[in-house]
Amino acid sequence: MKFVDEFREPELALRLVAQIRETATRRWVLMDVCGGQTHSLLRYGIELALEECVELIHGPGCPVCVTSCESIDFALHLAMLPNVIVASFGDMLRVPGSRESLLDVRARGGRVQMVYSPMDAVELAKNHPNCKVVFFAVGFETTAPATALAALHAEQLGLDNFRILVTHVRVLPAMEALMLSPVNRVQAFLAAGHVCAVTGFAEYDAFVDRFRVPVVVTGFEPIDLLQGIVDAVQQLESGSHSVSNCYTRSVGRQGNINAQNIVETVYEVADRDWRGFGSIQKGGLRLRNRFERFDAEKRFEPIAVNPIASANACLSSQVLSGQIKPTQCPHFGNACTPDSPLGAPMVSSEGACAAYFRYQWLQSK
Amino acid sequence: MMPPDRIEFPTCPVASVQHDRVMLAHGEGGRLMRQLLREKIAPAISLGNPASSTSILENEAATFPVLDGEMTITTDSYVVSPLFFPGGDIGSLAVFGTVNDLAVSGADPLWLTLGLILEEGLPFEVLDRILSSIGIAAKQCGVSIVAGDTKVVPKGVVDKIFINTTGVGRMRDNGSLGSHRLHEGDAILVSGPIGHHGIAVLAAREQLGLTPPPRSDSAPLHESCRCLHDALGRDLHAMRDATRGGVSAVLHEWSEASSHTLKLRESLIPIAPDIRGACELLGLDPLYVANEGTFVAAVAPSAVARALKVLQGLDVSRNATIIGEVAKKQSAPVIVERLLGIWQPLDEPSGAPLPRIC
Repeated sequence: MKFVDEFREPELALRLVAQIRETATRRWVLMDVCGGQTHSLLRYGIELALEECVELIHGPGCPVCVTSCESIDFALHLAMLPNVIVASFGDMLRVPGSRESLLDVRARGGRVQMVYSPMDAVELAKNHPNCKVVFFAVGFETTAPATALAALHAEQLGLDNFRILVTHVRVLPAMEALMLSPVNRVQAFLAAGHVCAVTGFAEYDAFVDRFRVPVVVTGFEPIDLLQGIVDAVQQLESGSHSVSNCYTRSVGRQGNINAQNIVETVYEVADRDWRGFGSIQKGGLRLRNRFERFDAEKRFEPIAVNPIASANACLSSQVLSGQIKPTQCPHFGNACTPDSPLGAPMVSSEGACAAYFRYQWLQSK
Repeated sequence: MMPPDRIEFPTCPVASVQHDRVMLAHGEGGRLMRQLLREKIAPAISLGNPASSTSILENEAATFPVLDGEMTITTDSYVVSPLFFPGGDIGSLAVFGTVNDLAVSGADPLWLTLGLILEEGLPFEVLDRILSSIGIAAKQCGVSIVAGDTKVVPKGVVDKIFINTTGVGRMRDNGSLGSHRLHEGDAILVSGPIGHHGIAVLAAREQLGLTPPPRSDSAPLHESCRCLHDALGRDLHAMRDATRGGVSAVLHEWSEASSHTLKLRESLIPIAPDIRGACELLGLDPLYVANEGTFVAAVAPSAVARALKVLQGLDVSRNATIIGEVAKKQSAPVIVERLLGIWQPLDEPSGAPLPRIC
């Protein structure tokens, strides 16, 4: 298949693996920021192939993993209200809040609808004029343009029964929080290619200067990832640090200006709670005042925050910040499996724990 | 002689009742129900065998002769949404699905029963299309529908129509099949490219707008299974149609039942470009996606060439190919050689595969 097979070409991949092994004089610590990258690294066995010369720490870029427990609890609460339908992406439906997930709530009679696009939620609102339809908007800069477009579309249609529960997060503030952590070990970043396709990578210049770490914009196919790692290791070996782009077929320096403008129209930057990180300054987005009639947090009564019972057992905060590998968690594969997850990283198709469970643990059992 | 004066009778002001959709009364045992059976269901299902409608009309149990050898029976319920999708519909699916269950277990399908649960308000135009599809499919498979039941439930209780079919078949006597007969070294083959049904239904249900719309592989497998069995005899060890859970589910079941590990090579797995594209887009692994006209078989290594020749000579399995082998038990039940030459365990998915979000 064009645009896929050439980036999975086994011979080229093996040559790049050899190049990385030759270049590295010591074992470098790299963070792949995005959960999609984590899964590819494990699925194609790249992490194992490079074990001696690169330690890969899997970053916080799994959108459902970092969505705060309080936000999920609020969505669960809304789904049980009369005449309210909560719509979200499939991945989000399985992630537990403090006690249960949206799928659990649906089994108890709550109205929860899986959608493939935020525009489907607008359609849902149009077709259910007697219900309030809440779109649970999760995700990084990659999904924000689509949810912003949904808000604009709902405004154009004059819908008064459409709501958005916004939990959008921004990746750069999280990378800053990681670098400022006293336990940080990351020496270079493989920046999330899809995020950069929207935001561009000009904003990483200041980050690289401030923290003196290489940032390599990296894609998701095996060849993309290996090229990103080659670049990062070369920079580390030569003691340099700059932003480089190894995902040129999708990412330009300025990013997607149209998408940025749409996001800018609908959202403003705000502090946000991240699961596993706590509050991150400027770490998310919220709706601008012009769209406050769609804002679920403003239009529905708030709920009391639940004490987080089950989340205490889950060490996702240490996993998402790269302090421990999923397999180092005492619950991994025991109390916590994809069938009965203790935390979000074991649920999501992009979660680091799920990736280790699928691709490594089963084999080592 | 003058003709007698014509006496004009006043016409009855109440028109005869001609419903355009299913009413609750159609399931309540009275005149309307008999009308439904006589005018709609019996003609459709008797397409292949006119005698087969008798027991349905007369509400009797079906009688059939006891045959020599072994008989086999299987049942399955069909709730697919949407009812019509590119490449098939719930009617033909309900026939092929049960026929295929019989076929892969080593039986020649003979008889089916047909249970219909209809939602009040289902347009007859829709029911007619489904019944007609059932009749044509049964004829295509050479099976008779010998007994049936129809219920109508209030609107909202079921989603338009649910169908149950039970199939009875006669076991062929050229060698038993099943996971107990898997041997180390057996070749694993698939009868065609995988993932079509699941992606076609998903694309139709969610109106994904893929162009051209992916088509389901829904098809009867009795002929290809019989030909393969006849040609290979005891060298054919197991067959299974790769429906819910896809090829992965079949292999996991075989591994558990046989205490072997099943090894696949990703580069050998046949996937049509449109299905692969849709899977890439949605973040789905085609090995987990449902098929409705594709089966997996384990054959003795010495019989591989014969198996492929037979299958590739039939239209429904013309793209049959080897995808892996049966190996000694390892820690993981199913392993896949990914493209970089690294072996990875193939996990079983938890619940329905849900698409990723970015």
